[in-house]
Parts: sequence; C-alpha cells; structure tokens
Amino acid sequence: MIERIRGLGRSTLVQVGDLGRASLLLFQAIAGRSQVGVHWRLTIDQIYAVGVLSLSIIIVSGLFIGMVLGLQGYTILADYGSEQALGQMVALSLTRELGPVVTALLFAGRAGSALTAEIGLMKATEQLASLEMIGVDPLRRVVAPRFWAGVISLPILSLIFVSVGCLGGALVGVSWLGVDAGSFWANMQASVDFWNDVFNGIIKSVVFAVVVTWIAVYQGYDLVPTSEGIARATTRTVVYASLAVLCFDFFLTAVMFGEV
Amino acid sequence: MYSRRLELSVGAFVVLGAICLAFLALEVSGLTQAGRQDTYRITARFDNVAGLTTRAKVSAAGVTVGRVVGIRYDAQTAGAMVEMDIQSDFDAFSLDTTASILTAGLLGEKYIGLSIGGDPDVLVDGDVIFDTQSAVVLEELIGRFLMNSGSDK
Repeated sequence: MIERIRGLGRSTLVQVGDLGRASLLLFQAIAGRSQVGVHWRLTIDQIYAVGVLSLSIIIVSGLFIGMVLGLQGYTILADYGSEQALGQMVALSLTRELGPVVTALLFAGRAGSALTAEIGLMKATEQLASLEMIGVDPLRRVVAPRFWAGVISLPILSLIFVSVGCLGGALVGVSWLGVDAGSFWANMQASVDFWNDVFNGIIKSVVFAVVVTWIAVYQGYDLVPTSEGIARATTRTVVYASLAVLCFDFFLTAVMFGEV
Repeated sequence: MYSRRLELSVGAFVVLGAICLAFLALEVSGLTQAGRQDTYRITARFDNVAGLTTRAKVSAAGVTVGRVVGIRYDAQTAGAMVEMDIQSDFDAFSLDTTASILTAGLLGEKYIGLSIGGDPDVLVDGDVIFDTQSAVVLEELIGRFLMNSGSDK
C-alpha cells in the first residue's frame, strides 16, 4: 500500500519534471537573441520539410473529407427538403472543427513523428553533443527552426485543407448531386462569418501548431538515445499530440463558440 | 549551397496559403459583401420577434438590402427594437415603409421583409419604423386552431 502511494508520488514528480523541462526547452529555444539571418534560412529549410512535403496528404484528405461531408450532408438534408443548406453545413463544419483538428492530427502523424525521429537520431549519434562542443547551441540551431517552421506551416496547411474541402463539397453537392450552385455558395456566404468562423479556425490551428510541434521537439530532445528509445518517443509524439489536439479543441470551442 | 528549388517551393507554399485565405474570405465567408458597403441604420419596433437572430437578412421584394445587427427589449413600448443596417445603395424607402418578420419556407430561418409605402419622404439613418407585423409563432397558431376546432363541436 505504502509502495503504491510512493509510486503515485514518484510518477507525479516525474510528470511535473517533464513539463518543467519541456517549458525550459521551449523558452531557451525561442527566447533570447539569435542570429536572425542564419536561423531564418534554417527555418525555411524546415518549412520545406514539414510544410511543403505535407501538402499532398493535406490536399488529398481535404478533398475526400469535403466530398464525404457533401455526400453525407446531402442524404440527411434531402430528407428535410433543405439540401440548399449543404454549402453552409460543409463550410461551417470545415472552418470551425474539421479543418484545424484533422490537419493537426495529420500533421502530428506526418511531420511531428519525423521531427522527433530526426532530433532523436541526432541525439543518439551524438550530433547534438558535437554541436555543443564546437560552441553552437543545439537548442537555437536545431530545435528553434523546427519549432517555428511547425508554427508557420500548420495554419497554412489548415487553410489549404479547408479550401480544398469546400471545393470537394461543392464538387459532390453541385456537380454530382445537383444542388443549385447559386444557393450552395450563397447559403455558405450568408452563414459563414469571417472573424467568427474562419479567423477562429486560424487561431485554433495556431494553438494546435504550438502544441504539436512543442511535443514533437521535446520528445525528440529528451528521449533515451537508443533505437528503442527513438521508437518509443516517436509513438509518444503521435499519441500525446493527438490527445492534446482533441483536448485543446474542446476548450477552445467552448471559449469561442460556447456562448452562442 | 542553398537550393533554389527549395526556396521556390517554400515561397509557393506560402503563396498558396495566402490564396486559400483569400478564397475563404471572399468565396466562403462573403467578407466583401458584408464589409465594403456603406450602410445606414434604421430601427423597427415589433411586438414579438420570436426566432429572429442577428445577421438575419433584411429584404425588400425578395432582394437582400441589409442585415439585422441588434435586437433588444424596449421597456417603454414593451416591444422588441430591431436594429438593421441597410446598404446605402438602397436609400429610397418611404417614411411609411412597413416591416414584417417572415419565414423562409415552412421551418426556415426568419428574416425581415420591408414593403414600401407611398410617402415622398424617405427613411434616413436613425429612423424608427412602428408599422410592423410580428413573427408568426407556430405554437400559437396551432393552439388557436385547436381551440377553434374544439368550439365548433
């Protein structure tokens, strides 16, 4: 019994310690002076790796999610004879929820895991230690560009996802199922508010970007430098990041749309 | 040392993001229609606005001419004051214009319909319409119908 309570206390301390180390890592990586020119180039490199290379998966899944929304929404709305509201349904569910959340989940799987594995391998092969040896701060050189690249890329990816999704919904709804194009777009424009819906969606995806990238770089920087450790840390990145995204989504939604 | 292709693709990525933002702003949320035009504000007093919401359409002869921007209870007249922003292009509503709360379809959203009277003077910013027709509350209609059919027997 005593042993169990001890274990509980120990694991709590470990968790709080982890959180503290993660916060310090983030703080040291992004705060303070940095050589803007050099790091900007490194950041562009990383935007290519996490953003541009994720484009195909984002566009394809956005298209199909939009098409499924169009199809499902049509069958339900047609029962009530209000299939004109299809555009509104597709656009609102994409801008408010599906766009930011699904993009963040895909991003965690596609780019987050890669970040963790890359930094982890650098640690395992002692590249990080060598950098420190020659007087280069690995937090600034390795972690900060990756963090900023994630924070910049994810909102852009989310915008692309939502746009492609709306076009996919229009493709199925208007071209295949015969909803009137005028009422599809007019209903959409009448019900979607830029600040309330689109902009709140962007805020959401910025928050998700910080959370996902932070988890990914921390897990990579803090792992046990063995092949097993890298495997575990990569798994943890995807699991923690996905859970954090869904959890934060609830609270953000409650704050943004709760009182309506 | 630094690949030109990489720079180009990152640039294209950011431009694509900007295009998508513009698409969402213009095509999906219709920001231009709401934001660009000048409007003037008129108020209408209704006995009952059940179901009307802010951002509801204001239409004249079926054409959208403005939006509802505020609904509040007015204790003095014991009614609801509905504030509407009308686009400045449509500035020829006569002083005796009447406003009624209509429903799009049987169960659709509520909107305000304006019907123009014959007065040569026109409504300007800050005017109040008192000649109004309130929302049809479906429950009241059904209740009245049931009462009538009960008394017939």
